[in-house]
Amino acid sequence: MTDLALVLGQGFNGISVASILLLAALGLALSFGLMRVINMAHGEFLMLGGYLVFIAHQVFPGPAFLLLGLPLAFLGGAAMGALLEVTVIRRLYGRPLDTLLATWGVGLILQQTARSIFGATGVEVTAPWWLSGAMVISGGPLEGLSISYVRVFIIAVAAVALVGMVYLLYRTRIGLHIRAVNQNREMAAALGVNTRMVDLTVFALGAGLAGVAGAAFAMLSPVTPTVGQSYIVRAFMVVILGGVGSLLGTSLSAALVGSFTVLAETFMKVSFALVLLLGFVVIFLQFRPRGLVSTRSRALDES
Amino acid sequence: MRWSGLILAAALLAAAPFVISPYNLSLLGRFLALAILGLGIAIVWGYAGILSLGQGVFFGLGGYALAMHLKLVADGFPDFMVWNGVESLPWWWTPFSNPGFALAMVVVAPTAVAVFLGVLFFRRRVTGVYIALITQALALAFATLLISQQGSTGGFNGLTNFNTFLGMKLSAPHIRLALYGVTAAFLVSGFLAMRWMTGTHFGKMLVAIRDGENRVRFLGYDPSLYKTAAFGISALLAGVSGALFTLHLGVISPAMVGVLPSIEMVIGVAIGGREALGGAVFGTVFMNILKDRVSSAFPNAWLYVVGAMFVLVVIALPRGFAGLAETAAASRLRALGRLRGKSAPLARKAVAVEVAEGAVTVERGD
Repeated sequence: MTDLALVLGQGFNGISVASILLLAALGLALSFGLMRVINMAHGEFLMLGGYLVFIAHQVFPGPAFLLLGLPLAFLGGAAMGALLEVTVIRRLYGRPLDTLLATWGVGLILQQTARSIFGATGVEVTAPWWLSGAMVISGGPLEGLSISYVRVFIIAVAAVALVGMVYLLYRTRIGLHIRAVNQNREMAAALGVNTRMVDLTVFALGAGLAGVAGAAFAMLSPVTPTVGQSYIVRAFMVVILGGVGSLLGTSLSAALVGSFTVLAETFMKVSFALVLLLGFVVIFLQFRPRGLVSTRSRALDES
Repeated sequence: MRWSGLILAAALLAAAPFVISPYNLSLLGRFLALAILGLGIAIVWGYAGILSLGQGVFFGLGGYALAMHLKLVADGFPDFMVWNGVESLPWWWTPFSNPGFALAMVVVAPTAVAVFLGVLFFRRRVTGVYIALITQALALAFATLLISQQGSTGGFNGLTNFNTFLGMKLSAPHIRLALYGVTAAFLVSGFLAMRWMTGTHFGKMLVAIRDGENRVRFLGYDPSLYKTAAFGISALLAGVSGALFTLHLGVISPAMVGVLPSIEMVIGVAIGGREALGGAVFGTVFMNILKDRVSSAFPNAWLYVVGAMFVLVVIALPRGFAGLAETAAASRLRALGRLRGKSAPLARKAVAVEVAEGAVTVERGD
């Protein structure tokens, strides 16, 4: 295996990890930017998506289960998100630290529920035949480079989701409303935008994307009750690094964190990679306390 | 007066060894050690408005600092290092053979780490949610690091199998009793110190920063200094708590310092009332007793219970039990005000002033 192939291969893995992170972080970044809500149960939406794909696989073992599983994961996540928004989040607007604690509690309950239904050990979802295997390059300067189809698929899903979000935000009426509320909630409400509805939509959408992230993740490794926890902390690092409520910032920082993680894990232990990532974020905030892409505003007190 | 509550609590603590069994006393001692950490959370969260989800790190630093000494005394050369094929003691273990150094590190290590981080965060005006998320990542990183460095930290099992401290046998009944007494004394003196501190200029500045950081800045103060100091104090209390806890339990492991225990400590304080020191102590002890009872009777139910508590307390009782007590006191005062012919709003205003000054208790109505 040549050095170039190794670097390209790791870079490719980095992008695929970044894709899952992006799917997980998009919803967090949007709902935090819009509502100042920190959703600690977001990781459990990811877990839910993974289990839904598993169920889809059990019910329809055919090769097309993924085509059913992905929409199912999205809808399941979105439904759970909407439920959480209506029952808990809505009561806690303006108290970001309290939403953090309450949603953490919801996350614990969901984890334990998953544990009693599916058991503490993980369930495996095997990729369908049309995604199994990898493209291996033999000969030439890229000798030994292998591109697994599952990872290509994950990157494609993330790309579609990102394009869909951009289209939704900048080309549709509901997107216009979302951006209006994001800029100035009171003014948007005064102009007749149903801000409650916008909040609900964004939250459910973000939860749905997390479900898709979980479905993508299930192709790579087993789904366990704590799978969400292992992703959520890194997803939050993505949000912090990217700047609040910015699609561009979140995408950039997901790419950054994803490749950083893969790169660091190539050369050292996973635990050190995590410590290093944290150190990197803390140092980065020294220079840009509001993240990569921050919206400028003249408001004095911003959370 | 509030003193009556404190005296009652101190009397209960003093009576406990004569009333409850040694096993329960040891449990209570452990929870009292955790309550010291709860005091720190009340200061940094309730008073200064900084939610730290990484108190487990400071707890762990204190606990590990002491446990390293105990391990060196017990084994000479720690047994887990032998199992992991480590040939010689890592250099940073060596000074811990001195008990004075270890005890100093119990307070110095967590405080230094917190002050260092505090300077980094608060000077750059990193606030609120960002702090919560970063400190949570810190707890995760700390626990992961401890687990991965098995050769020098004992890995997942942590540090355990030690039995003497300064020549005293930790399992002896009279030593256990003394340990309980020491823990209770630390808690009471910590409580008094924090109570005094919240009345000083420094304490009032913390509340001012919590309620209007920019206004404080415009008045010419530097909030970052105050916040860093509060963060450091909370870490110091967490370190002491960790060391005492380690002595009680005889083990310190990554499972006690990670993300979940850190956030459980916070919810304990939230249950009791984050803005009241007494509430923080009561909440921590209450939650841990509940945890002990529930998780031994229904091992699978604890996560449901704690999850539901998170949600219910935050939605229904944002100021915890202490808030409930104050509301009760306020409504009694209002009733009193009506009796004396005062209008309800006027009485409420008077109550609000007294509540703010910390002068109202339930007994006052009589």
